[in-house]
Amino acid sequence: MQATAKKTGQAKLGSLEELEQLRGELTAAVDPDQTLIVVCHGTGCVANGSPGVTEALKKALADAGEDIKVVPGIKTTGCHGFCSRGPLVIIKPAGIFYQQVKPADAEDIVAQTIQKGETVERLLYKHPQTGDTLSTTEEIPFYAGQQRVVLQNIGQIDPTDIEDALRAGAYAGAAKALTAMQPSEVVEAVTKSGLRGRGGAGFPTGVKWGLAAKHGDVEKYVLCNADEGDPGAFMDRSVMEGDPHAVVEGMIIGGYAIGANEGYVYVRAEYPLAIKHLEMALADARALGLLGENILGSGFNFDIRINRGAGAFVCGEETALMRSVEGKVGEPVPRPPYPSDKGLFGKPSVLNNVETWANVSRILERGWEWFAGLGTEKSKGTKVFALVGKVNNVGLVEVPMGIKLRNIVMDIGGGVPGSDHFKAVQTGGPSGGCLPWEDADLPVDFDSLIAAGSMMGSGGMIVMDDRDCMVDVAKYFLGFLEEESCGKCFPCRLGVPRLRETLVRFSKGEGTAEDIDDLYSLAEAIKMGSLCALGGTAPNAVLSTLRYFRDEYEAHILEHRCPAGVCKDLITYSIDPEACTGCHACFRACPQNAVSGEKKKPHTIDESLCIRCGMCMESCKFGAIQVV
Amino acid sequence: MDIDIDEIIERYPGKPEYLIFLMQDIQAAFNYISPEALTLVCDHTGVPESQAYAVATFYGSFSLEPKGENMVQVCLGTACHLKGSGLIAENLMRSIGLEEPGTTEDLKFTVETVNCLGACALAPVAVVNGDYQPKVTSPKLMKKVSKLGSE
Repeated sequence: MQATAKKTGQAKLGSLEELEQLRGELTAAVDPDQTLIVVCHGTGCVANGSPGVTEALKKALADAGEDIKVVPGIKTTGCHGFCSRGPLVIIKPAGIFYQQVKPADAEDIVAQTIQKGETVERLLYKHPQTGDTLSTTEEIPFYAGQQRVVLQNIGQIDPTDIEDALRAGAYAGAAKALTAMQPSEVVEAVTKSGLRGRGGAGFPTGVKWGLAAKHGDVEKYVLCNADEGDPGAFMDRSVMEGDPHAVVEGMIIGGYAIGANEGYVYVRAEYPLAIKHLEMALADARALGLLGENILGSGFNFDIRINRGAGAFVCGEETALMRSVEGKVGEPVPRPPYPSDKGLFGKPSVLNNVETWANVSRILERGWEWFAGLGTEKSKGTKVFALVGKVNNVGLVEVPMGIKLRNIVMDIGGGVPGSDHFKAVQTGGPSGGCLPWEDADLPVDFDSLIAAGSMMGSGGMIVMDDRDCMVDVAKYFLGFLEEESCGKCFPCRLGVPRLRETLVRFSKGEGTAEDIDDLYSLAEAIKMGSLCALGGTAPNAVLSTLRYFRDEYEAHILEHRCPAGVCKDLITYSIDPEACTGCHACFRACPQNAVSGEKKKPHTIDESLCIRCGMCMESCKFGAIQVV
Repeated sequence: MDIDIDEIIERYPGKPEYLIFLMQDIQAAFNYISPEALTLVCDHTGVPESQAYAVATFYGSFSLEPKGENMVQVCLGTACHLKGSGLIAENLMRSIGLEEPGTTEDLKFTVETVNCLGACALAPVAVVNGDYQPKVTSPKLMKKVSKLGSE
C-alpha cells in the first residue's frame, strides 16, 4: 500500500505555509512511477460490480506475494465517466485502460500487467468504428475529445482521503483567497472570470455574489444546490461522490467573498454515497482546520452543514430550497426581494449549484484569466454533461463551451447504435427542449440553446432515435412537472395538467389541428403567469417538439399512427414467424394468455386479448416480436 | 420496534429548522411517521401540528402510513422512461396486485416510482431494498420480487 502520513497525526493547519508544507510532504511520500491500480467506484461501476473487482484484485495481489517487484497500491475513486463500459480499472503510471472487468480477470491483470508489464488484450477498449484496440485512456475518443476542469480530479483521487485531495491541489484556491486577497478582490476575480451559474439559468456568479456582499457586516449564508432532480442528469452526483473537497473549497471561497460564516449543502436523499463522501470531507477539513475558527490564521470563520432533501423537485428552485432548509414546505416565493437581499432566514444569501462551486475552486487556484480563456465570448469555461439515452458511449463528459452538438454525440458519444444520426437530443431536463438532427452544428452554450428553443439546464443530454416518440416525450415531461408542481400558483397548478391532458388525447390518436393552436395559447399563459421557473419553463417540452417534429404530432392526430411505435393505443404487437423459434418464452410471460402456438412452431398473438405490456418482447431472445 | 423515539428526538436542537431532519430520521427508523411521533416532533421543535402535517404530505419521502417489508423503487427518469421503465413498473405492480404505486395489503411490498436516481447509464434501473438493478427487465424484476415474497 501507499506510504503516506496518515491524517490522524496531523495537527490543525495555522497558516498558508503549513498547508503548503503538508502538501509538499504528502506529495514527496508518493513515488509517481509507482504502480497503482485505480478502480472506479462511481455509482454506475459499483452497480455493475466494481467492489467485487477490487476485492479480487486485492486477493490476487496478496496471492502473488513476493513475486511483485514494486508494491502496488489499489485506489478506489469516483466516477471516471465512461459508465457504459464499467467496471473500469486503470493501471498507472502507464494509464492502461481496462473496461468491463470482472472479478475473474483480477489474476490475469496482476500476473500479466503488474508483474510483466503486458496488457490483457481482451479487457482493452476496441474502437467501435475502426476496430482498433486502444490501450490507454488518452487514445480513447470518449476521453480525447473532452476538457476536464471540474472533473479533473475525479478518477484520480480517492474521494474519502483528504490527503489524496491535497496532493491534487485541493484548498490551494481557498488558501490563496483567504490569505492573499480581500473579499472584494475575490468577488472581482469571479466576475472577471465570466463564470455563469451551472444550475441552468446561467446568471453571472460574480454579480450574484456582489449583490450579497454589499450588505456589509450582517449575518449571511452561502448555500449549495445539490438537489439535482432533473431526470437524466447526474453530474452533480458524480462531483460530490468523486471530489467533494472541490465543493467544500468553493463554498469556503464564496463565504469569504460575501462575508458569510455558515454554509448549507442541500443534497437529494436519493444520493446516499454523495452525502457520505461530503460528510467525510467536512469532517476531515474540520480536523485540518480548513473549516471552523480562524481558517489558516486568516481570522475567517466558516463551517458547513448538510441538509438532506426530502423528495420534492421544486426544492431545486432557490427560494423553495431555502424554505426547505428552514424546515418548511418547499414552496417558492415571489422575487424580488431576491435571496441576495433576503434569503435564508431572511438574511442575504447566495445559492450556487455543485458544479458552479467546483468551478470557483479552479478559478481561484489557476486565476480568472485562465478561466476567461476557455469557452466562448459569453459562455466561459466548460460544461459537464450526462450523455445518456440512445448513444454508444453513455457517461459523463466535460467539454469546452461552444463545442458543436455533433461533436458531443458523434465523436465523444460514439454515435447512435444502429444509425448514423440522432433524431433528437433533449437538453435542460423538464425545463428544456428537444433539438433535432438538423441542429447538429449548433454550438452548445447558454445563449445558442435558448435561441434554439431549449436550454442548458443542469446538463442532462438525452439522445433519442427513431424509436422514441416526441409526443410521448413531451407527455412524459408534463406528467413529471404536473406531479412535481407545488401547486402554489394557478397557471402551473391548472395549466400544466391541461397541457398534459391534451397530449394524452393526442397519444390516443384523438384531437384536432385546432387543439395544437390551443396548446400554444395555453403555453404562453403558463409561461407568463407562473411564479417560478418550474411553471415558467414547463411548456418548453411541448413547444420545442411541436417546433421541430410537428409531423409526428399530425401523424398521431390525423393518421392515428405513432411513427416511433411507442404510444400504446396506436400500436399492435405481432410475431415474426421467420424469427420465432417456438421457444414458449413469450407464451409463459404473457399475463393475458394472448400468445398461442405449439412448441418449436411459430407463435401468434391474439390482438383482442393483448394489453400491450411488452412482456413478450422483453422475454424474447430472438427479436421475433414486432411493434407496428 | 426496538428503536427509541426519544433518542431520535434528542438528536437535534429544539428549533423549527430541524423539523425535516427529525422526520427523516423517524421515517428511516420506523418506515413511516405515526401520529404519536408527529406530536412528539412538534412538541420538541415548537412547530404547530398543522405545519408539520403540511411538511409530511408535501415531501415525497415521508409516509403517514406504514410501508412494506420490501421496498422496490422503479426509476422513471428520462433515460429510464425511453428504455421502457413505465411498462416495467406497470407490469411489476400488476403482478403483485397493486393498481398504482403503494403498499400491498399484506405489507410485504411497497412499490414506488422515483423521478431519477442519477444512474442513467444503467437505464432502466430499479432499486430493490437498496440494491441497484442495472438494465432491468420486467421478467428479471418480477422474478426477483417473487423470490423476496416467498422468503
